[in-house]
Amino acid sequence: MKDFLARWMPLDASTHGAELDSMNALVHWLMAVLFVGWALYFLFVLFRFRASRQPKAVYEGSKSHFSTWIEGGVVVVEAILLIGFAIPAWAKWVTPHPVDSDPLVVRVVGEQFAWNVHYPGADGVFGQTDVHLIAGGTNPLGLDAKDPASHDDIVSVNQLHLPVDRPITVLLSTKDVIHSFFLPVMRVKQDAIPGQEIPVRFEAKMTTPPESTLPACAAEKSCWEIACAQLCGLGHYRMRGFYTVHEQGAFESWLASQDPFVAPPEPEPEPEATPEEAEPAA
Amino acid sequence: MSVLEKPPPEAEDHADHHHPEPFWKRYIFSQDHKVIGLQYAFTALFFLLFGFTLMILMRWQLAWPGRPIPIIGGLLGEANAPGGIMLPEFYNQLGAMHGTIMVFLGIVPLAVGAFGNYVVPLQIGAPDMAFPKLNMASYWCYFPGGLIMLASFFVPGGAANSGWTSYPPLSTIATQGQTWWLVGMIFLITSSLLGSVNFIVTIFQLRVKGLTFMRLPFFVHAQLVTSFLLLLAFPPLEAAGIFQLLDRVLNTSFFQPSGLVISGEVLEAAGGGSPLLWQHLFWFLAHPEVYVLILPALGIVAEVIANNTRKPLWGYKSMVYATIFLGFMSFIVWAHHMFLTGMGTTISSFFQTTTMIISIPSVVILTALFISLWGASIRFTTPMLFALAFLPMFGIGGLTGLPLGLSPTDIHLHDTYYVIGHFHYVVAPGTIFAMFAGIYYWFPKITGRKMNDFLGRLHFWPSFIFINGIFMPMFIVGLAGVSRRLWDGGEQYAHAQPVLEWNLFMSISAFGLLFAQIPFMINLFWSIKKGKKVDSNPWQATTLEWAAAPSPPVGHGNFVEVPAVYRGPYEYSVPGHPDDYLPQNLPGKEG
Repeated sequence: MKDFLARWMPLDASTHGAELDSMNALVHWLMAVLFVGWALYFLFVLFRFRASRQPKAVYEGSKSHFSTWIEGGVVVVEAILLIGFAIPAWAKWVTPHPVDSDPLVVRVVGEQFAWNVHYPGADGVFGQTDVHLIAGGTNPLGLDAKDPASHDDIVSVNQLHLPVDRPITVLLSTKDVIHSFFLPVMRVKQDAIPGQEIPVRFEAKMTTPPESTLPACAAEKSCWEIACAQLCGLGHYRMRGFYTVHEQGAFESWLASQDPFVAPPEPEPEPEATPEEAEPAA
Repeated sequence: MSVLEKPPPEAEDHADHHHPEPFWKRYIFSQDHKVIGLQYAFTALFFLLFGFTLMILMRWQLAWPGRPIPIIGGLLGEANAPGGIMLPEFYNQLGAMHGTIMVFLGIVPLAVGAFGNYVVPLQIGAPDMAFPKLNMASYWCYFPGGLIMLASFFVPGGAANSGWTSYPPLSTIATQGQTWWLVGMIFLITSSLLGSVNFIVTIFQLRVKGLTFMRLPFFVHAQLVTSFLLLLAFPPLEAAGIFQLLDRVLNTSFFQPSGLVISGEVLEAAGGGSPLLWQHLFWFLAHPEVYVLILPALGIVAEVIANNTRKPLWGYKSMVYATIFLGFMSFIVWAHHMFLTGMGTTISSFFQTTTMIISIPSVVILTALFISLWGASIRFTTPMLFALAFLPMFGIGGLTGLPLGLSPTDIHLHDTYYVIGHFHYVVAPGTIFAMFAGIYYWFPKITGRKMNDFLGRLHFWPSFIFINGIFMPMFIVGLAGVSRRLWDGGEQYAHAQPVLEWNLFMSISAFGLLFAQIPFMINLFWSIKKGKKVDSNPWQATTLEWAAAPSPPVGHGNFVEVPAVYRGPYEYSVPGHPDDYLPQNLPGKEG
């Protein structure tokens, strides 16, 4: 019952996804019941009341009050969906009280046509950024090397690594136009609005299987992806990033193995350049 | 109640001197609502075909990404499709212009400008619209607006390419086609505003004696509410359009925040603006706009169903009240298009609740139309086929709005093909089918001839099958999470792989739908001269345009003598009456 849509939907790897999916299934059941009911009635009356069988129409038509019951039923079901599911779910996912303790906080910054990922590093503080310091491949976020907090920050492009079973807060923003950060497998989608930094909260309930981890997944096309869901220009169709959910220990060691982005004065290597890495728009 | 005892001075003036008018005054700068209605109809039908053709090009690209477009591929220009292969830039232009053209140059002008103009004065017994010159001005704002949109394909960088929604900052940094789009929109909005004022005054002031509000054909109610929506919702978008124009031309920052970095360069602009302001202003229009697209369609379907069931509409009063309520509610649901812009619980709860509430009057109207079939004597005429097919398909469009209108389920479905499927079911198999019903239904009124029924069926059945072939798979593709507006139809994405095969299926259905319009085009033009001649009321209808006016109605003034109304609009199969229809204008006791 609850998963009749599952055959068309992507895998669900998030803690809130099951609730979202079952609500979606419930809504579709309501739609299906109404549609099938209407359709059966419709086909019946088209057959029963065709002019050749019913040469003279009945002036009064239907005297039944059935429609009032249908309309009343729709009101009740919609009220239940709204009050019982939709509003509480949104409150829980988007504006939770209390806010998760000890979430992993990571910044994701969209640009035409790539996702920049920014970890605060060991100190847990994001270094200052300045749009005037942005430089193509070497400093895509405009991190300020003069800020000590930036010295242990980790920056990558189109590569997001996350721990399992730990609340995650993605601080989402964009450098240029509106993008939409969409993780189909995580049931997460949030517009990135220029001038704003919007927290996106979710938690992974399973790790990425090896076949869905780069580079193995690229050929099989089974990767866990960051998709752009909002038209953002000519490269919208290829604004595709990847993410991997690790066991907590594996995540910590991955984090420890990364070179900090700002290590002045020597030029910093890009941590994981991928074949999919997008050039900034020409 | 307002009662019209004599024609307005304008019409009287014309009636007094029967001087022949020069061609340009009669057919080009006409002030006759019937000619203006036909001008709107043919212009809008051209744009519907043109907008559909843009989508055919896109569907080729989606079915076979990167394969050269045969035959016409070479004509698209090296800047758009080198070697016939469509570039992503050009794909985005086609997408933005498909939406713009279908909504603002196709359906609204056809539903309101054409059907409203031609039918409303006839149905209320008026000699013309209240302000014939305003009516002419309305068409002559629409037409240049359309020309500007068409011309924009030929400017450097091509037409607008930021979606029909034109979200800044993408649209403010776009090529100059966007400026043309904005100027074109300002013309189109002005046209709609002029038209809406005219409809409101006409319906309030020019109803013939005895035609109370509760005796109005449902189509007139639908047009009245539509006009209020246009009048109240379009000005904010006109203002927003002017703001965006200023952002582009004078480098203001209504919609641009500070510190944008475009292609590695810091954008030189004052900053401090808000991209979300545009979205609010846009959707404050564009949600009522959905009802502008659908209400006239419901009006047409109601007329055709009453006539072809040979019985009164069931629940006419509740339909009227539901329509008015729908009109009010449509102004407070707009932000359900914006759930994912960072909306908190309070605001999203408000807009979800209003969205659920607005579904109720829609259910009431649709249910009333379904129940109207009970006890009927259904004639399966060509217009009736289209009107009947409208019902379940509009139903699908409405129902699939539910998971999008609830913010948690919207998370997964937002901006996917599910959304495209949803709103196309409302406006393509929905409204456009109703438009076809209206064309087949009122064609004899306009020409005195009927359209061919065999060609009509040859148009209906393939259209019905193919249109579902296009839009039904979109729900599956959308559930898989495939985003809209992807140049390669999602070929790059892993999560799109299981549903990619549907792209070909949908494209072939779209090509089929294009071919299915050939019988219609032949029928339309052939029947003008060669269609079967019919008397003035071939459908044996009760409303004034059929019962009181000749076909075609007389040039100025419509009616040979001013009718009076004695009863409600749909007195079919009245017990005790010899005929199965009792026209509104037939003197006698109230039916």
